[in-house]
Amino acid sequence: MEKKNYEKRGFDKDKREEISKESSAHDILPQNEPAKLKLSPSLYDFNDDVYILKLDGNFHQMSRLYALDKLLERDKLREKDGFPRKIKLGKLVKPIKGGGDRTIIIPSIAEEKLYHWKGDYSGGEGSSTGGTGDGQEGDVIGEEPLRPEEGDGQGAGQGKGGQHGLGADAYDIGKILTEQFELPNIKDKGKRTSLTRYTYDLTDKNRGQGQLLDKKATLKRVVKTNLALGNIKINETVDPSTILISPKDRVYRIFSKERDYESKAMVFFVRDYSGSMQGKPTEVVCTQHIYINSWLVYQYKKQVENRFIVHDTEAEEVPDFYTYYNKQVAGGTDVASAYTLVNKIVEDENLARDYNIYIFHGTDGDDWDSRGDKVLPELEKMLSYSNRIGITIAGSGSDYNNTSVEQYIRESKLLEKYPDKLRLDSMRASDADEERIINSIKLLIK
Amino acid sequence: MKLIDQHTKKIMEGCKERAAQAGLKFDKETLEYMVTNSDLVELSPKNMIPTLYDYWVQDIQVLRGKGEYEYYPNNPYETVINTRPVISFYNNNNPDWLNVMIFYHVIAHIDFFQNNKFFTQTWNYDFKEKALADKRLVARLRSTKRRQVDYIIEFAKGIDNLVGYFDTINGHEESKDFKFSERVEYYFDTFLQKIEKVGMNEFLEEVERFNADSDLTDPVREESFLARIRSRYPEFDNLYEKELKERHSASRHDIMQFILEESRFLNQEENKWMKSVVEVIRDTSLYFSPMIRTKTMNEGWASYWHEKLFVNDERIKGHEVAFAKINAGVTALSKVGLNPYAIGWRLFMFIEEMANKGKLSYDFQRIANIEQRKSFDRKTDLGRDFIFHIRENYCDFTFFNRFVDQDFVDKHKLMVVGQRINQQKGVREYYVKSRKAKDFKQMLFDSLYHPPFLVFKKTDDGTLYLNHHFEGQELYREYIPNTLLGIEYLWGNSVKLETTELDYDAMKRKASGSRDNKQVEPIFQRVIYTMKDRKLLKEKVHESEANYAI
Repeated sequence: MEKKNYEKRGFDKDKREEISKESSAHDILPQNEPAKLKLSPSLYDFNDDVYILKLDGNFHQMSRLYALDKLLERDKLREKDGFPRKIKLGKLVKPIKGGGDRTIIIPSIAEEKLYHWKGDYSGGEGSSTGGTGDGQEGDVIGEEPLRPEEGDGQGAGQGKGGQHGLGADAYDIGKILTEQFELPNIKDKGKRTSLTRYTYDLTDKNRGQGQLLDKKATLKRVVKTNLALGNIKINETVDPSTILISPKDRVYRIFSKERDYESKAMVFFVRDYSGSMQGKPTEVVCTQHIYINSWLVYQYKKQVENRFIVHDTEAEEVPDFYTYYNKQVAGGTDVASAYTLVNKIVEDENLARDYNIYIFHGTDGDDWDSRGDKVLPELEKMLSYSNRIGITIAGSGSDYNNTSVEQYIRESKLLEKYPDKLRLDSMRASDADEERIINSIKLLIK
Repeated sequence: MKLIDQHTKKIMEGCKERAAQAGLKFDKETLEYMVTNSDLVELSPKNMIPTLYDYWVQDIQVLRGKGEYEYYPNNPYETVINTRPVISFYNNNNPDWLNVMIFYHVIAHIDFFQNNKFFTQTWNYDFKEKALADKRLVARLRSTKRRQVDYIIEFAKGIDNLVGYFDTINGHEESKDFKFSERVEYYFDTFLQKIEKVGMNEFLEEVERFNADSDLTDPVREESFLARIRSRYPEFDNLYEKELKERHSASRHDIMQFILEESRFLNQEENKWMKSVVEVIRDTSLYFSPMIRTKTMNEGWASYWHEKLFVNDERIKGHEVAFAKINAGVTALSKVGLNPYAIGWRLFMFIEEMANKGKLSYDFQRIANIEQRKSFDRKTDLGRDFIFHIRENYCDFTFFNRFVDQDFVDKHKLMVVGQRINQQKGVREYYVKSRKAKDFKQMLFDSLYHPPFLVFKKTDDGTLYLNHHFEGQELYREYIPNTLLGIEYLWGNSVKLETTELDYDAMKRKASGSRDNKQVEPIFQRVIYTMKDRKLLKEKVHESEANYAI
């Protein structure tokens, strides 16, 4: 977008500057946060167990959870003794077979010491390492995509690793959050109870009669029978003419009743992925959304479905959490676009009838629509069908609790009008540690 | 966990014989165990020491994702344990020929443990037995003190990278060179210049006066010189004593030891048991210290010997190709990254060749002509002896520092690989940053294990004051609060940490000031963290007050 366009649209000077900066700049400042998995191994990544002794190398990169409950109990005692809790819901980027990696969450404990932070001090330049090969100084010898998901075949169902960190582990994490961090249980699990639906499918097997002959299974039975009869001998050529087929050998597939649970909860995760979100705000929002999802998975006994929406000036639905977490662009911010998309999806798919709908939105509070003219009607529409809308503002500056989004929402009085449905929490992204994030969740969902 | 069978043990014994003939020196007694994966799951949190003390965090911790190494290489547990007898662990379905190679590798490690000077402290005792005694001690204490024991372990582990490892091997050998007495040195170096701030003339006159009394090594005459000083400056002796005290604490690097000795809390009668727990943690850390400081040499040495010995062993017959493949997998230089096997092995071979040709000499260093350098060969044949000397007296730092030169870098086409982000293409690029030996060497140094260096003292009000000597990298901030909390607990009084950090606010201000300049130079700021009554406070230090003195 050109500068004059902004002028035409009536933005004042400060706003124009802010917008043009946001559109062009990536966060130039280094972030004090763990770096992503390193592609190039360092001296201490090599150990005899893997390289020489050929012992299975994976054991020490896995976390074991011995009696998680017991450990959690132990951790609780720490608080009683006046020390901060030690078990964190650490994130771990785990490479998976076939390329790519997935973020998983593992309860973990860091050994906290005074260490040098080997981070990025000069913005963009990562730390140097060694290497070998040809090439002049300055030559590029390799590259890797910044956002690993880009360019890969996308689409629900064929993502990497299947789980994207929001599957099997989520239930456990939800349990930890509920018990360990005392997130509340849902009081009213919603007016809409779970629908149990039955479908019929050709899945059961029956011998002797049925709807569809299962040839492979039948053949196996035939061989079994004839082995028993002695018509087939091992290591000898089989004479088909001697083979007998008993009526009971015929295996059929028959229709059967399958229980099909419907999810009780539909959770929309909406995230601002504009340029200003890069770094810590994104980290905070995504971490919080992982936790919220885990908590819901536990509360709804795994019957939760997720939808992921990212937005800058335009909103887009992405297939999985992995993409949701990693996607970044440097654009402006238009919150209304995302809310409109949520409303459209709910309407088109008639979700309001069958689901308890939760919507969580994470943003840094910037919105070009600074008075909320477009946003507020959409928000009110969302409030009409959802169980809870939680807005997290992870601002970066000192005015983190006075952002455009917060201002127009407070002015709209929607918070007072829907105290049970709409929640808002602002925090300064750079100060948001795990505890702050979890406290914020309590506020959003209680 | 069970011992390897007789057949395999026989292979090991055969390897030992040949290795000893080749000149490796090691204890003949060793123990080899077969381990299963579940054994390994038990062993790895204990750094492969089966008898290490129990600690609940070990049950959950083992999150050693690779990325974490960027911040803190953990104790590099070897699967060969440096005890008497040495213990090593094996997978039980290796073919015999592969075991031959592995055994040579292990034997070379044993040789390294038992001959390298940095391991001196571990030669005198059997760590696994000591660990067992410690484990029992911890268990006994736990039965009465309960989880308090675990807090002590946790807090002690929080500072176990700040032990004075080098002090333990130093031996504090006094220089044999002639020295003036400390008092006289103090008079000239500190007292006159820094306290009295005398002018240049006066200072030189004083030196004249001192020299005029010839043969001042004679203590009687020195006394007379000092007596004159005392009559002139009555406060001299007092100041000297004070300085001496400060110097003493400044020369100490072992915070754990300091806390053990000086902590008001730990030295109370009812808390004395805690000291033995802290000592267990400290000893464990000291035990691992030489390993992490010789990683590259140790792996290079073992790779050198497994290759050399196995290639000349008749048991390789028929497995040459398979060996070549496995060996290459271990010792190939990473295209991007640092492989200690590869670098260490090549450097040992390089040194051997240099020594064989007499290139480690002044004569060679003087030659600038590239052709002459290439053809230089004195045929000294001293290479083998020389690398044995290296394995005895060097650690990774000195190994790299002395021997990585341009010839070595060129020979193996080594380079420093940099990373940068290409916004247009949306990729992270790896590029050839430098092929200069100087840069390569610096990159190696930067990747070596290097705990922060802190100078500490007990202030008059009983606070433990830690002064971090900033070396270009700030401390990992997220871990500071809990670490200081632990130190405060052990110390029994407030703790201050002075360190240097990036000033994000100032950088942000600067960034917003300059529109087109995307890159902002890092701006550093000296700060003081104060941990008092389990509350943390951080404040900025003004430039003039910063206590840089080390």
